[in-house]
Amino acid sequence: MKEQQSVGIVVPQTAHFSDPLPLKSGGVLPQYDLVYETYGTLNAARSNAVLVCHALSGSHHVAGRYADGGAEGWWDNLVGPGKPLDTRRFFVIGVNNLGGCYGSSGPNCINPATGKPWGADFPFVTVEDWVDAQARLADRLGIERFAAVVGGSLGGMQALSWTLQYPDRVAHALVIASAPKLTAQNIAFNEVARQAILKDPEFHGGHYYEHGVVPTRGLALARMIGHITYLSDDAMGQKFGRALRHDKPVFSYDVEFEIESYLRYQGDKFAGFFDANTYLLTTKALDYYDPAFDYNGDLVAALGRAKADYLVVSFSTDWRFAPSRSREIVYALMHSDRRVSYTEIDCPAGHDSFLLDDPQYHGILRAYIDNIRV
Amino acid sequence: MSFQRYDYDVIANWIEPGERILDLGCGDGSLLRYLAEVRQVRGYGVEKDPERVLACARNGINVIQIDMEEGLAGFDDGFFDHVIMSLSLQAMHNTQGILKEMLRVGREAVVSFPNFAYWRHRQAILNGHMPVSKNLPHQWYNTPNIRFFTIADFDDLCAQEGIAIHERLAFDEDKVITDEPNFLASVALYRLGRSEAPTG
Repeated sequence: MKEQQSVGIVVPQTAHFSDPLPLKSGGVLPQYDLVYETYGTLNAARSNAVLVCHALSGSHHVAGRYADGGAEGWWDNLVGPGKPLDTRRFFVIGVNNLGGCYGSSGPNCINPATGKPWGADFPFVTVEDWVDAQARLADRLGIERFAAVVGGSLGGMQALSWTLQYPDRVAHALVIASAPKLTAQNIAFNEVARQAILKDPEFHGGHYYEHGVVPTRGLALARMIGHITYLSDDAMGQKFGRALRHDKPVFSYDVEFEIESYLRYQGDKFAGFFDANTYLLTTKALDYYDPAFDYNGDLVAALGRAKADYLVVSFSTDWRFAPSRSREIVYALMHSDRRVSYTEIDCPAGHDSFLLDDPQYHGILRAYIDNIRV
Repeated sequence: MSFQRYDYDVIANWIEPGERILDLGCGDGSLLRYLAEVRQVRGYGVEKDPERVLACARNGINVIQIDMEEGLAGFDDGFFDHVIMSLSLQAMHNTQGILKEMLRVGREAVVSFPNFAYWRHRQAILNGHMPVSKNLPHQWYNTPNIRFFTIADFDDLCAQEGIAIHERLAFDEDKVITDEPNFLASVALYRLGRSEAPTG
């Protein structure tokens, strides 16, 4: 077993783009910034670059730590020297997507046209728009072709979309805990989350920055709903069960069950740093993603352009992005004559499993990534 | 289940270069790897066991981790040229179902299995013990095998199910057995097709 290390202290960078970016919605971003981090070294042939795409609440901070402290990158267990995505071999890039709230252009940034925060006027961005922006960053960094694009959940949709939008620029896509499009039930969860934000009296039509307030109640509720769907029934039962704070019912709407305490804590914590407009935009990007839409729902036809090889991974207890959804991708890829491997990891943690380091899961990732030629 | 080279060679001889191949119960993917090497096949393996799936990933084989007992519902009709099940049929519950599925998604099916009527196995039973051999390496209490059948039994099943036997080869070790295969052969390999006119 190789020794696993951290990438250490990392420093985010910002790339400014002054060429307008046409968006799928028909709108245009006249100029924009992308914040990103890199780990490892780009080789002379520029053939060892790997892009890691983030999901709903992720960021460009994939691995390592900042000099002034703060949290480890959100996928630190995957990326680093000796880790499955080994930075001694690969040059790994994390990018905060457009519309995000971690430094890339988004609703909480100043709209150059008005001198005020974009707020609700920030244009709708889609998975395809994110990929287009990431491709421009790749151009800037001199990366013609990625050895791999990797992502979980919404990040997996970006990895899949990369292989359709830029088939010659991706050798491998790792599509983890994802789906070819959301189901009605999945969109429904997103809609409840959005309504929680939109109906918060402090939302002010998305222009809450100017009012000096934040729709924290709505955002916290949105996060609570999301969190329930990211965990499995079993995992929640095992962690909290019906444990009571006062050991017996006290007939109150205050926190009694430990699960209530946990959800409120997670919701409040999230509302303290995440932007509500970003949450709205990102859930809509999830809902809109459907590469087969322009092909009468025929995913095999939609994947006809692809040239990459694929690893698709699902988790047995993930009901938000269930294994059956991953298998739809797998069968469509197979019937498009793409090289594809698929594994369903038996992990109790639900959708969040993709962020854990289950030995079988990381074993498969390591085995697959080790076979990627650079 | 250990493969012997003659197994590989027989199967390779039944396959044209560049075919689409599905290997059910593909183990560590070594057969697919061999077929990719000698026949440049576009191959996919199906495997349920996590350790073997990991071995396939290490071997660079396309592996799809599903439980084939549940059928091959995600696979289109006739997509594959050959669907292979090597030394695994005896470990399947849904024998008829999987044979039907193999011939639905494949133009032809290739099936190999240990012949329980092999004379050494008969001898073991006569001596009062369940057979343990190179092709039946497990003890009765830990064997993954759940269907105990013979070449004669399988021929009957094919007739009953309307499955056409395009070719059959029987072996003892690596020797081809043509006389009395149900008595003298330890392993049989079949090349199967959909029957024009089902008899079953």
